[in-house]
Amino acid sequence: MNHFKRNWPLHVMILPSLLFLIIFNYLPMAGIVMAFQNFKPWLGLAHSEWVGLENFRTLFERQDSVEVIWNTLIISALKIVLNLVAPFTFALFLNEVRKAFFKRFVQTLVYLPHFLSWVILGGILLDVLSTDGGFLNQILSSWFGIEPIFFLGDNNWFRFTVIVSDVWKEFGFGTIVFLAALSNVNPSLYEAAEVDGASRWKQTIHITLPSMLPIAVVVGTLALGNILNAGFDQIFNLYNPLVYQKGDIIDTFVYRTAILNGEMGLGAAIGLFKSIISMVLIIISYRLAYKLANYRIF
Amino acid sequence: MYHKTTGYRIFSIFNTVMLLGLSLLCIVPLLHVLAVSFSSKSAADANIVGLWPVHFSLEAYKKTIDNPVFLHSIWVSVKRTVLGSVLTLLLAFLAAYPLSKETSIFKSRNIYSWIFVFTMVFSGGLVPFYIVIQKLHLINSFWVLVLPGAVNVYLTILLMNFFRGIPKELEEAAFIDGAGHFRTLFSIFLPVSLPAIATLTLFSVVFHWNSWFDGLLYLNNSKSFPLATFLQTVIVQKDMSSMSIDPKEVALLSQKTVNAAQIFIGALPVLVVYPFLQKYFVKGLVVGAVKE
Repeated sequence: MNHFKRNWPLHVMILPSLLFLIIFNYLPMAGIVMAFQNFKPWLGLAHSEWVGLENFRTLFERQDSVEVIWNTLIISALKIVLNLVAPFTFALFLNEVRKAFFKRFVQTLVYLPHFLSWVILGGILLDVLSTDGGFLNQILSSWFGIEPIFFLGDNNWFRFTVIVSDVWKEFGFGTIVFLAALSNVNPSLYEAAEVDGASRWKQTIHITLPSMLPIAVVVGTLALGNILNAGFDQIFNLYNPLVYQKGDIIDTFVYRTAILNGEMGLGAAIGLFKSIISMVLIIISYRLAYKLANYRIF
Repeated sequence: MYHKTTGYRIFSIFNTVMLLGLSLLCIVPLLHVLAVSFSSKSAADANIVGLWPVHFSLEAYKKTIDNPVFLHSIWVSVKRTVLGSVLTLLLAFLAAYPLSKETSIFKSRNIYSWIFVFTMVFSGGLVPFYIVIQKLHLINSFWVLVLPGAVNVYLTILLMNFFRGIPKELEEAAFIDGAGHFRTLFSIFLPVSLPAIATLTLFSVVFHWNSWFDGLLYLNNSKSFPLATFLQTVIVQKDMSSMSIDPKEVALLSQKTVNAAQIFIGALPVLVVYPFLQKYFVKGLVVGAVKE
């Protein structure tokens, strides 16, 4: 087929995207040399002082930056686990609903928060969680007689608030993949179990759970690549200086150090550190997902 | 039949109640904000508004609409959403076609796809990105909201996977009739993939409408903020200076109700497109994510 050899239009089609990727993705990658400089914007990349690994030493010596790395790991690890367990469990319960309209009604409501931005939800939570007559604190005090809790301003509560509100936002949307897996289970397996007199509980343990395991493994391993993303949008819209100790994460720290305080070199170093670790984890997790569950993205 | 056992019936009732409770939990905060926005200042200040407006009032919405900065931010958001989505979809549509070809037909396909995928795996980070934006003189330009995110690799891959599902016979027939790649893409692939493109458009629209950080980072003048950034600074950062309501009026009107009205207006477009989105996203996500 001669037509197939005339492929120049294919190159032309991909060219615009390629140019954008080069300018906005690959050019910044070249800028990571900043991580090895005492970068000053007015001197530029060419004339800023070369400092070797100084920025990285600062990163691991400064108390606040080490704290920030720990905060990131703790918050995102808890999010990864709960954002796997909660949707998985919810999907199992939702799967027991046989009235289609009720199932759709539940799905419509629980998917919704996923599509609202953290600016909107941040605005809502600041109001709902406030100690000054916030909706939640009012309910807690009038129903249970609990003293107002400073959810967003208390270091003992901030992580809890962040993780719970993230699970609240995402658990519904997370059920989609599990519901898809559930609908792919061969019905004849259940019919056979029924004939053998297996209870619904037995069917769940021996049929449903094993058939959902592969997709759960995929979701879990792929999430590993996000271990250094503790959720910039969320934290940035919920935190304040009172809770930096327990709630400040890498991305918010970079924003403050580099953009607000002008420590560009240090900011770039933290960014590079994060990018490299993330890349390694993503590659490992995709390999794992491929090995364990034969999952491929491409 | 397990459905008939008493145990399962009890479970069913418990299950229904629990699911109903959890679903309502997902929208209760939004309902509360809606109720506050339609309440009077005094009721909102006294914290007596639950899920239903107390002393119904449209005052907060009137004040919000009277604020020229707010109105202008809506216009910026609409502009970025329309231009940004059109550009993203056009680029994804064009790039997905060559990427969907087999290596035997399009040899360079693998190199290109690595160039695309690598950007998902590695990035230069915020700081070098900021410098690039600066060097391109995009700081304080409207286009900083549209151009940097114009290529969405994730959407491109979703579309590519969709293209791969289109029967080969269709394009072979087109080639035999003498159509080139462009002709095939626009007269065969475009009509077939309209539903997929509609879904991706909705995703892109929601993404653009919700984006706030780029505005905060690259625009210095709050008068050129998109709505999401405006809300971030006014409500989350409580930056009163960018509000054009004078202090006396602020004292007259509960900030709570105005905030609530602004939050609700900010969420409204997402709520409006959501039903359409929901119809498609399950399919789109599953097609893209769970591929054998």
